[in-house]
Amino acid sequence: MSELQEVSCRINGKMRAFVVDPTMPLLHVLREVLDLKATRFGCGEGTCGACTVIVDGQAVMSCDLPAGQVDGRRIETAEGLDGDPPHPLVAAFLENQAGQCGYCLPGILMAARALLEGEPTPPSRARIAEALDGNLCRCGTHARILDAIEDAAKHMNRGPLA
Amino acid sequence: MTVDVPPPFADAPHMRDWIAISPEGDVTFLSGRVELGQGSSTALLMMAADELGVSADAITLETARTDRTPNEGLTAGSMSITFGGAALRWAASALLVQMLDAASERLGCAPQELRTESGEILRNDASTGLNLLDFVSAADLSCRVADLARPKDAGERWKTFRDIPRMDLKECMVGTPFVHDMTAPDMLHGAPVHPPSMQSALVSLDLEALKVRPGVVEVVHDSSFVGVVADTPLAAARAAEWAQKRGTWETKPVGAVDPVKFIASSTADAETIVDTGNVNRNIGQWYETTVTRPYIFHGSIGPAAAVALWEGDEVTVWTHSQGVFQLRRAISKALGLEEKKIRAIHCLGAGCYGHNGADDVAFDAVLMARAVPGRHVKVVWSRRDEFHAAPMGAAMATNVRALLGPDNNLTAFDVIVNSAPHTNRPGAGGTPNLRAAAYLANPIQPARSADVPLARGGGANRNAVPTYKVGDVRVQRRLVHDLPYRSSSLRSLGAFNNVIAIESLMDDIALDIGMPPFEFRLQHIDDQRSRDVLERIDSETRQVREVPLPEGAGWGLGFARYKGTGGYCAVMVRVEVDGDVRVTDAFAVADVGEAVSPDGVRNQVEGGMLQSISWTLKEAVPVDGSSTTAGSWADYPILTFSEAPRLSVALIERADALPLGAGEISQGPTGAAVCNAVRAALGIRVRNLPITRDAIIAAVNE
Ligand code: FES
Ligand code: FES
Repeated sequence: MSELQEVSCRINGKMRAFVVDPTMPLLHVLREVLDLKATRFGCGEGTCGACTVIVDGQAVMSCDLPAGQVDGRRIETAEGLDGDPPHPLVAAFLENQAGQCGYCLPGILMAARALLEGEPTPPSRARIAEALDGNLCRCGTHARILDAIEDAAKHMNRGPLA
Repeated sequence: MTVDVPPPFADAPHMRDWIAISPEGDVTFLSGRVELGQGSSTALLMMAADELGVSADAITLETARTDRTPNEGLTAGSMSITFGGAALRWAASALLVQMLDAASERLGCAPQELRTESGEILRNDASTGLNLLDFVSAADLSCRVADLARPKDAGERWKTFRDIPRMDLKECMVGTPFVHDMTAPDMLHGAPVHPPSMQSALVSLDLEALKVRPGVVEVVHDSSFVGVVADTPLAAARAAEWAQKRGTWETKPVGAVDPVKFIASSTADAETIVDTGNVNRNIGQWYETTVTRPYIFHGSIGPAAAVALWEGDEVTVWTHSQGVFQLRRAISKALGLEEKKIRAIHCLGAGCYGHNGADDVAFDAVLMARAVPGRHVKVVWSRRDEFHAAPMGAAMATNVRALLGPDNNLTAFDVIVNSAPHTNRPGAGGTPNLRAAAYLANPIQPARSADVPLARGGGANRNAVPTYKVGDVRVQRRLVHDLPYRSSSLRSLGAFNNVIAIESLMDDIALDIGMPPFEFRLQHIDDQRSRDVLERIDSETRQVREVPLPEGAGWGLGFARYKGTGGYCAVMVRVEVDGDVRVTDAFAVADVGEAVSPDGVRNQVEGGMLQSISWTLKEAVPVDGSSTTAGSWADYPILTFSEAPRLSVALIERADALPLGAGEISQGPTGAAVCNAVRAALGIRVRNLPITRDAIIAAVNE
């Protein structure tokens, strides 16, 4: 346990500040300190992707990222995809019914969002799949998830980002 | 409707067992079935709403909790829709009868003139301006369902809506629906320090030092059970990990054995399960194959989790168990506590593919929460716990021999299944079968597994009887109990390996006599639904199969009717082998009778296919001594997104047939199709799963 540290960062557009053990994984900060529980625990060791969030535009596994390293950074979590209407990715997943138990989905949605927001034009299916190779889905929903992301890409990647 | 009075009404005969009406008039249906991440709760709600003739959002559904819903047994074996759905249709029908009686009095007409659609009461198909649910006060829930119910025939169903999207999916994406996410004031967090196997005993652990680890509130210690209760999940996990590294346990030594070879070479007495005549004739030619599979992890992405709370001498546990009533009884037995003092409430867990660690972790939570009465304790297993402590899918070896007569017709089929047990569920054999129960001062080891009886589809021998007309059939089973690994029901049980063995042999024979695989199978089928499924997959894929294949590519077929009584499924896959095997395309045709939610059925079949491809190509639990050596996903790779094929699933819908369940029909046929495609691509048969690069090399050298 290291000395407590004040960390402030922007989460889903809102500034948040908290005092934590800087070695505490971001996943635990999100779930237990900030009560943002849509980011899931799957393995705690960077091997399943269930905890994926976006930090400064990059998809990262939050179970593997010490809270001390997110000071001053921009974080997006699955909660930020909700809304009326929901984010195009969520809409496409609903449209395709791309989920069974759904436990893997928040992490997959964040990995997909980081990919699509970083591409000027819709990426190929193979490239989407490759971007998701750190995310496991045990229910076997892979094909529908890829379909849904391809659909979302048609809405999100229509040209240069605004 | 082909079901007579559905079985659950024997124990829960009254409408109030199935329906609750709030003072405001809101109607809630009560089901003893649980959602396992397969959309069954949406399908159940659809059936109740359809029966009433209202939209699905006009009513709600509450599932499995021991203090409120009927006991419908385990949610397992793909029976949720068949029985659980039928029960709700009956209950809804009884309610509809009462409400329409009241409406007919108001309208001064005969009840037979009335029906409902989109929530409105129609008289001789004309609008009455009356809403059905305005008559909810006419309900008398003390009536017996079977006295009133007249469930709709197929032709009268689905007038208000046909299919609805999963109710819970959005919440899974951006919300907090899982038991892992539950919150309560002052909640504490527990983590077990599991011994390496159920037979191990704790030798030493510095409990005083453990008590003062950061964040630790209590250490629960009972003989070999140790649990850490802490103020955050991270503190609990870190303390348990600390203890895991420092504790020592005594474990019965196991000579290094390859469990699959051990099972395959068992010479224990074989029990004969099916014997229709003399299979030991000798006119014609015998063909034979043996297919093995290793132990397989459930591998849910979310580890097992539960929350428990003691208040006085009563305990409540929130669990993703497949059977809350069975869990209650098992806890009662393990603690010597009356059942009425235990309440088990089902909550969503991550994907459930059979008897996983859900019940064990619930009991862990109960033991830990007992030390901190009045406070909720949440226990979420670590990934290591999930691999080490949960039951696994059983390793198996299936030997199949078939006799081909001179006219190219099969005349005898002889199957011997050697297998670790496929069931060790809570309460089975009269023991709790909860992991921690084996560690307490009064340890209760699980009773010896008796396997699943044939009447419920069999366990090791599930689908050992071919779906074909093959003359006389004998099926024998050897349950191998002598390995220390804990195995129990994993999706499709023995069907996966048995269907692969049978379908491999069907292909081998067809190839040997120069007959196309479809034709050879069709020649051995006389029921129309099997034939339809096979003919449809043939026609659906004919065009793509005509595209010339590159070197190292091939197509393969697999087919079975699940359990011999369930859904029909035929699968065709294309593989490319370049060192590793990759499935590029997979097609399925399924017939599950009435598909209540057609898209839900397709989703289930797709999921079964993907999971089966992963089992077939990649998965094997590494073991050493009495336990697995896998501590993380790095030691147990499963199918990735890049390795997932394109999928296409077609349904043959039979609106007037019994709904049969879809979650387990595609595993066997898909595994078989992959094995047959590899055989087609390489010209060699890989008989020991998974079909990795090494397994292919071994098969070449055989
Ligand atoms: S929980 Fe972070 S990768 Fe698995
Ligand atoms: S939908 Fe269950 S793990 Fe992906």
